Amino acid sequence: MALVLLPMIAQAQQFDGEFIKPRNGKFLLQNATVVTVTKGNIQNGSVLIVNGKIEAVGTNIPAGDAEVIDCTGQFIYPGLFDGGGRLGLVEVNSVPETQDFSEIGNVTPNMQALVAVNPNSEAIPVTRVSGVTTTLANPSGGIFPGTAALINLNGYTPDQMYAGFKGIILNFPTSARRSTWDRRSEEEVKKDAERAQKNLNDIWERAVKYQSMKAAKAELDYYPEMEQLAKAVTGELPLLVEVNAASDIEVAIKWIQDKGVKAILTGVAEGWRVADKIAASGLPVITGPMLSIPTRQSDRYDAAYTNPGKMAKAGVKVVIRSNDAENTRNLPFNAGFAAAYGMGKEEALKAVTINAAEVFGIADRRGSIEAGKDATLFVSSGDPFETRTQIIHVFIDGYRVPMSNRHIKLYQEFLERSPGLEK
Amino acid sequence: MKKLNYIIAAFLVMVWMPSMGQTPKGSVLIKNATVITITQGTLEDTDILVENGIIKKIGKGLTANNVTTIDAKGKYVMPGIIDAHSHVALDAVNEATAPITSEVQMADVVDPYDIGLYRALAGGVTISHAMHGSANAIGGQNITLKHRYGTFNPEDLFMKEAPRTIKFALGENPTRVHGRGKNIQPRTRMGVEAVIRNGFNEALQYKKAWETYESALKQKGATPIPPKNDARLQTLVDILDGKVIIHCHSYRADEIYALINTCRDFGITNIVFSHVNEGFKVAPELAEYTMGASVFADWWAYKFEVYYSTAYNAAILTENGVITSINSDSGELIRHLYHEAGKTQRYGQLSDEQALALITINPAKQLGIADKVGSIEEGKQGDLVIFNDHPLSVYAIPQMTFVDGVKYFDLNEDQNDMRIRVSANEMVEPIFLKEHDHNCMHGVDFFFTNFGRNLFEHSH
Repeated sequence: MALVLLPMIAQAQQFDGEFIKPRNGKFLLQNATVVTVTKGNIQNGSVLIVNGKIEAVGTNIPAGDAEVIDCTGQFIYPGLFDGGGRLGLVEVNSVPETQDFSEIGNVTPNMQALVAVNPNSEAIPVTRVSGVTTTLANPSGGIFPGTAALINLNGYTPDQMYAGFKGIILNFPTSARRSTWDRRSEEEVKKDAERAQKNLNDIWERAVKYQSMKAAKAELDYYPEMEQLAKAVTGELPLLVEVNAASDIEVAIKWIQDKGVKAILTGVAEGWRVADKIAASGLPVITGPMLSIPTRQSDRYDAAYTNPGKMAKAGVKVVIRSNDAENTRNLPFNAGFAAAYGMGKEEALKAVTINAAEVFGIADRRGSIEAGKDATLFVSSGDPFETRTQIIHVFIDGYRVPMSNRHIKLYQEFLERSPGLEK
Repeated sequence: MKKLNYIIAAFLVMVWMPSMGQTPKGSVLIKNATVITITQGTLEDTDILVENGIIKKIGKGLTANNVTTIDAKGKYVMPGIIDAHSHVALDAVNEATAPITSEVQMADVVDPYDIGLYRALAGGVTISHAMHGSANAIGGQNITLKHRYGTFNPEDLFMKEAPRTIKFALGENPTRVHGRGKNIQPRTRMGVEAVIRNGFNEALQYKKAWETYESALKQKGATPIPPKNDARLQTLVDILDGKVIIHCHSYRADEIYALINTCRDFGITNIVFSHVNEGFKVAPELAEYTMGASVFADWWAYKFEVYYSTAYNAAILTENGVITSINSDSGELIRHLYHEAGKTQRYGQLSDEQALALITINPAKQLGIADKVGSIEEGKQGDLVIFNDHPLSVYAIPQMTFVDGVKYFDLNEDQNDMRIRVSANEMVEPIFLKEHDHNCMHGVDFFFTNFGRNLFEHSH
């Protein structure tokens, strides 16, 4: 009896409203200014999206059976990259149960950020409607806190989101103070830095030894930390070297050159002080946020705003990051500040598109609007760095993602609340 | 000899007197600017004459003798930006020793050397509301500062015309510090409501005791014993008498609504809710019963009570008629409040006028100083900022900032190192890679640590 009734109950259930899902298909975005980044702007341009890829870019592309989206007066940009943060690894910053970015232990390079990325984090749809489509999820904590992973902000499993780059984070030992609360004496700071430097070298030596024994086909005990670090020794994975104080940057560059590792400098808050040396090293830089205060009280008030521009002018390949989680949507505004304070709009746009794709080694399929690349892009009413600009459509791997999230739904519910003051 | 000393002393006092409490007032003529008045529209190709710290005239073709003239052709002038929630230039923030500490005064801990003042000026901010922290249900009394950076005297920063204000706080911070940290009330939002209600009722008793004493004094031959003086309760009496504006740290709609009800029960109308992330859910009530809401542009999810927030908060509140401002609560954010205001165009498409009111006339109203600052009008104080572009553009850079007609920031005269006090025994300057913002939970963050890590990177 019960078995018979159940389907009837299910049928009788009624829900209000429709849930909008990300949607794959053939789309033709028409009559827009296409900002390709690598090949100039195309006026009255169109972009044809088929099976997740950009099939064609140009003018007068026939629609065929594609769904046509009119973009008259609008702009098409490649999806923006955030060069590093915690998006997906934390839900509520103060609630330990939702923090999945920091493991116990000082040497934990085998901790995989990709495993802990929560595809259903509320912050993901909140972020992607800004045009930021791709972010680097960074673990943090000890000297080798884990392996960062690049993710696209659409998908229901980490593998569906994975965007094709991983790097092992090295928090390079610092000789600087950690904060205003750091009350160590000058001498203690120096001693701690030397100790940490020696510690790093010991760990690295062990990794090199592990790798050489592995290469010699020795039978090795299970040692997951060294197994992962060995990948940085061989260059299979790059090191993401987090370093900020000017003197530390110089030491880090020398260390990277001595060890002959593939590396990307991250943070680099005082990069402007040693910009020529970074440029000479040829190492790329992921820096940010620009919207932060200068590292020294004696610094010019705009030191953080002007940092990426000064490095770019010196010849450094610069990528911008928000270093945020729930407010990764502020990445374009960080780029805007970098642009205003010396970097220029064009270079700032590259810093969040093609430069990032190149540094992450995926420029063959990302970072610009070109035929054959992934259809990860967005349509806007104007310059995406300007707060007044509206983002109208976002496509990630060819999926048209819904322009909705909890922030927008709350706006829809509460702009004119019912009941209002009186019930 | 004694007499001579007395005369010398009297003479010194006479010379000293006029300079005491007298802050610098300047005169300046700004020509040919796009003037965003906030209250009276935007005027193209217009001049502003400031004389002795006061806006004397707004118009075309103005001239003045012996006054510095600035050609602002192609530039934008707006009123000095006002931050209704800040902790810049404070040596201490939280007197976290009791759920009610209304006797405490932030005026006692103002640090005129804080480089944060200059950084705020470089972002066009001329006035900040230096607040007590959020550890207590009823915290200390705040002080409204004018950013007259360069003085060594804290009092020179005080905006003496500003009315008294006091900090209240609801939700996670007071319940964690007192309930969870010390096992005393409040531990819940019920407790917070009760602590505040109890405080007001005690204040009424205190007031009555004094009234009884005062009237007993009038009896012939009476020698009544005066009640014990209590600065804590007297401050609460002053709130009940409408002499002090409450600025209440709050997040959730339920706690906001509860305090609105408490205030209505005690006849208090001078209340502004600060942060107020869920203010949008009780926007009609905020519009009807309060002096409004002072919010963040987009902060959320840094703690559980702000998880159900929206960046459209300011827009929803504005459209519902709530007096709304955008504040910083941060030594970082205070430097670009014009950009934060701009975010209300991304999230809710507010007009330029609505967006800029959020950081000028609206915070001025909430601080009770809207008759003196917050817009460019003749007779108001000469607090002005010149931008190279429209201030809501991400590419806008403040060029000059004036307080009382005196220029305190000039992009072209910035000396890089703008500290006014350098420690002589500081051999190597510290580098602060994670510079601690000035924020609400300053000084009580040890209640928020776990496994030796500070869990509150944004601890508002």
